[in-house]
Amino acid sequence: MGVLIFAEATKGNYKKNALEAVYYGSKIANQIGGETVVFTIGDGANAGQFGSYGADKIWFNSNENSSDTQVVSSLIAQAAEKAGATYVVLANTAMGKAIAGRLAIKLDASLVSGVNALPSGNTIQKQVFSGKANATFELKGDKHVITVMGNTLQPEATGNDGIPEEISLSAPEPRIKVLDTKTVEGTVPLPEAELVVSAGRGMKGPENWGIIDELAELIGATTACSRPVADTGWRPHHEHVGQTGIAIRPNLYFAIGISGAIQHLAGVNNSKVIVVINKDPEAPFFKAADYGVLGDLFDVVPKLIESFKKFKAS
Amino acid sequence: MNILVCISKTPETTAKISFSSDNSTFNTDGVQYIMNPYDEWYALVRAIELKEKHGGKVIAINVGTADNDIIIRKALAIGADEAVRINGEASSSYFVAKQIAEYAKSNAIDITFLGKETINYNGSEVGAMVSELLDQPYISYASSMEFDGTSATINRDIEGGVEVIQVSKPFVISAAKGLAEQRIPNMKGIMMAKRKPLNVVEPVACDDKVTISEYSLPPGKTEVKMIDPDNMDELVRLLHEESKVI
Ligand SMILES: Cc1cc2nc3c(=O)[nH]c(=O)nc-3n(C[C@H](O)[C@H](O)[C@H](O)COP(=O)(O)OP(=O)(O)OC[C@H]3O[C@@H](n4cnc5c(N)ncnc54)[C@H](O)[C@@H]3O)c2cc1C
Repeated sequence: MGVLIFAEATKGNYKKNALEAVYYGSKIANQIGGETVVFTIGDGANAGQFGSYGADKIWFNSNENSSDTQVVSSLIAQAAEKAGATYVVLANTAMGKAIAGRLAIKLDASLVSGVNALPSGNTIQKQVFSGKANATFELKGDKHVITVMGNTLQPEATGNDGIPEEISLSAPEPRIKVLDTKTVEGTVPLPEAELVVSAGRGMKGPENWGIIDELAELIGATTACSRPVADTGWRPHHEHVGQTGIAIRPNLYFAIGISGAIQHLAGVNNSKVIVVINKDPEAPFFKAADYGVLGDLFDVVPKLIESFKKFKAS
Repeated sequence: MNILVCISKTPETTAKISFSSDNSTFNTDGVQYIMNPYDEWYALVRAIELKEKHGGKVIAINVGTADNDIIIRKALAIGADEAVRINGEASSSYFVAKQIAEYAKSNAIDITFLGKETINYNGSEVGAMVSELLDQPYISYASSMEFDGTSATINRDIEGGVEVIQVSKPFVISAAKGLAEQRIPNMKGIMMAKRKPLNVVEPVACDDKVTISEYSLPPGKTEVKMIDPDNMDELVRLLHEESKVI
């Protein structure tokens, strides 16, 4: 009995979602009284830190083909067998989700992706209807694969680093060839961002985004936008949040010049704190907001930037 | 070339989300259904474009009961050549994946398309399961795809960027925004759809590994606190001291 967590490495480093998955997995291990085993692909150089997030054992296996879901799921399945895992936990990333379904079939396990709470007995909760509701899933059988949403638990480092240990596994031939990887440097990807500054059609045009970028940069936030803004090419598609874009739940979401249509709210209404800046008192977004500012964004945002500058200097 | 496109039915995006009095089932009263947007806008259209260029046929597949036929007909109206409905309640992603994989195995499918997720269960589970059951490569979150008849070069969205990969058929691909441009069915398409085959096949036996026992709505928001637009210092103070997010 135990919990195996797959920690996804990006060029040998780990993002917050990996720490969260490990921490979350260790909490399940505490519940069921089992061991917490972390498995990662690569040289394990930065994997020692998982010890302080609850890992009893840290295993690594070198393999070049970490983008091939057939290879990765095969390695994880072998590690899970070796660990005698009851639960296999992954972060709810694009890759995590692509692997989880394969793993569930390989291990003959149940699967729930995108959970937002710890299991309770044999039930577990996840967000459904793009954030408009939660559903409690009953897990059958004796093995379970779950992917955990970002910001579900705040990982806390306690105790000491662990010592990563190499394990040998057999890998199938890869059938996918990676030609190139392009990453947006410098900013935290939206699904992981704790602070998000989002803007909509109220911005009038892409040339006005300077104040949004400035505000975001000042507070270390990631930028997002409403769907029509991405559709008209004012902003890149990867910034589109909502029911048909990315669903996020940051600690703080600024909605600037966004009306708050139901499809937009679906992707953002689980944010902890929502600030709405809009000049229309009837804008539906105010109903979903914690703080509202009724005013012209071209006035309000520069003032807000000044206030944040003062705050940072104090 | 045989291209399979998995289409799913979801409540329309403005549908009121409510549950039975014991919270055990989704309340379907008055709910309108649509084809899942990722399936319709991107997966189906890209599949049709491939057929237009390379020949072959596009088969739309849905796992569900007879009330889904209207959505399946829409896929035919947009341009799928034929459709199949696996006649069973789509009770879990495993059940659905199993049915689709069974069909794909016995129909020599070259490429299986799906949407990246459904907008009701947001699982992104079926594609990965289908590909494992078929022992095929799986490329999820594809935002562009070039295909030369045998091998494909695909841009796949990853956290904070894209990965460009190459893969040869057969494979399973899930569609994200950008993969194609939405097509609106025209009158001719709608008329033709009525004559295209919609085959109904009985499901293979398969036990669910999860069931939903309860639904709940997220806690409601407290009343919004309005801040004077000339006093942004106050907003910053509240974010720092009251809600402690800054
Ligand atoms: C199937 C489907 C799926 C969809 N999915 C999504 C989705 O995932 N995400 C999404 O965002 N939308 C989605 N939509 C679209 C959605 O319905 C809305 O059309 C969209 O969210 C509106 O974007 P907006 O708020 O930027 O623009 P608008 O609705 O035009 O709102 C602009 C707002 O800016 C305010 N404003 C204007 N000027 C100023 C100013 N100077 N200062 C302050 N405020 C100002 C206005 O008062 C208004 O409230 C979907 C729609 C459908 C049908």
